[in-house]
Amino acid sequence: MIWLDTLVQGVMLGGLYALFAAGLSLVFGIMRLVNLAHGDLIVLGAYLILGIGTATGLNPFLAAALALPVMFAFGWLLQTALLNRVLGDDILPPLLVTFGLSVVIQNVLLQSMTADSRKLPVGPVESASLPLGPVTVGVMPLLTFGSAIVVILALNWLFYHTALGRAFRATSDDPVTAQLMGIRPRRIFAIATGIALVVATIAALYLGARANFDPSIGPARLLYAFEAVIIGGLGSLWGTLAGGMVIGVAQAFGAALNPEWQILAGHIAFVAVLLVRPRGLFPRAND
Amino acid sequence: MSAFLEIEGLTAHYGDFKALFGVDLTLDQGQTLAIIGANGAGKTTLMRAITGIARVTGGSIRLAGRDIARLPAPDILTAGIAMVPEGRRLFPSLTVEENLQIGAHARKGSGFWTLERIYTLFPILRERRTQPGTALSGGQQQMVAIGRALMSNPTVLLCDELSLGLAPVVIREIYAAFPTIRQSGTAIVVVEQDIGQALKVADHVHCMMEGRITLSGRPQDLSRAAIHDAYFGVNHA
Ligand SMILES: Nc1ncnc2c1ncn2[C@@H]1O[C@H](COP(=O)(O)OP(=O)(O)OP(=O)(O)O)[C@@H](O)[C@H]1O
Ligand SMILES: [Mg+2]
Repeated sequence: MIWLDTLVQGVMLGGLYALFAAGLSLVFGIMRLVNLAHGDLIVLGAYLILGIGTATGLNPFLAAALALPVMFAFGWLLQTALLNRVLGDDILPPLLVTFGLSVVIQNVLLQSMTADSRKLPVGPVESASLPLGPVTVGVMPLLTFGSAIVVILALNWLFYHTALGRAFRATSDDPVTAQLMGIRPRRIFAIATGIALVVATIAALYLGARANFDPSIGPARLLYAFEAVIIGGLGSLWGTLAGGMVIGVAQAFGAALNPEWQILAGHIAFVAVLLVRPRGLFPRAND
Repeated sequence: MSAFLEIEGLTAHYGDFKALFGVDLTLDQGQTLAIIGANGAGKTTLMRAITGIARVTGGSIRLAGRDIARLPAPDILTAGIAMVPEGRRLFPSLTVEENLQIGAHARKGSGFWTLERIYTLFPILRERRTQPGTALSGGQQQMVAIGRALMSNPTVLLCDELSLGLAPVVIREIYAAFPTIRQSGTAIVVVEQDIGQALKVADHVHCMMEGRITLSGRPQDLSRAAIHDAYFGVNHA
């Protein structure tokens, strides 16, 4: 029964990794931009939620709701003022700029927030759990996993059933022809990065509620996000969730065997999947 | 009537390479104009310069009196010029219907062209509407590309090499849509390597060579020999 328990823990953890990865995947899918600052932007979101909560006395869930539009606006600005300028045929400039951004965010947070670890105080819900058949599942992990599913459903709806989503796909296919349709790619990119940061903020809520965070933990979250996207196969959000679950389950079993093996087990699972399926579990047919 | 689209001394560059050398061209409302010329003559560059995709480095493009040269491509579409690009360039991630709908992305208000009217013009597209655009045959893809451009309700429709790679019967089927398009009030510019086709549909023909217009006139006034010379650059002084 302990194994079943571990499996469920791992699956739920996969939801968190899928939340880390969804924004990264969205931005890459639309503008072929690998945002090396994505993990740090999630950490920034966690500090923003903490700050809003401290200033207003609201609990982290409500504070996160207030943080969402702020982070959307920040993403929009970041894309308009910085990233749009470096996007082009050469993929190196955006990599360097987002790497620089990662360093800047970490240092600004270090200066202003110190290196102390923080946690989002979600209250009694943190230790609450529900009996689900033979296993008992924490309410927070369940919420995390449920949020990942809702986010993926919402993003898929946006992509495949709205005019904006149509413009996202057209711009991703062929930005020059998209302009002939009256689409302004830079605006599309700004909206996309805004949405990516909204998802990053949802990820930040669960990241900060689940465990301690400090300004330096962004790059490791970026790594999990990358692994989830690549295991899942580029371009499929459900694949990304599956990828997150693979890493989550591997980490949970690794930790059950020996707490020191948790992180390593996730990376080994990543390598193992790529050995068997180099293009991920659900590769897009036309890549 | 003064010309509706007026291009004067248009030059365009790809980097340092000059591809258009002072092109003059006029188009009246509802007119159909053909541009012919050999490979590399600059026909596509002219279309791309008009639509804001190629870099205009000199001259002017006036649409109903307003200079639109150097406007960004989306603004030129909004001003009323739509293009069926060379190679059709449908969006692979979009279905046939979505490819048509995206043509109306920037459109404000209503106009003659609707999904329903496109499906009446090309009935086969209605049957294929849920398929990916790029799963269709070349001729059907060309119909989608034309429909997509029409969905913006343009006053000028630019068509770059509609007949490229298509069987004669398919080409005829596509050009059969032209009378309806003209009746909707749209002026048409077709770029064609197929001279016969161009002479058939156009009321005015321009021949291009090496980035210049070397011959212009009404089809009935141009001799085969003159066209041949302008096209291949023989005896052209
Ligand atoms: N993207 C580009 N970069 C550099 N030069 C280009 C580019 N596109 C076209 N050219 C050059 O510009 C000139 C005009 O090309 P263009 O494509 O306009 O000719 P075209 O008349 O449309 O030919 P075709 O009948 O083959 O379509 C050619 O010499 C071509 O090599
Ligand atoms: Mg051409």
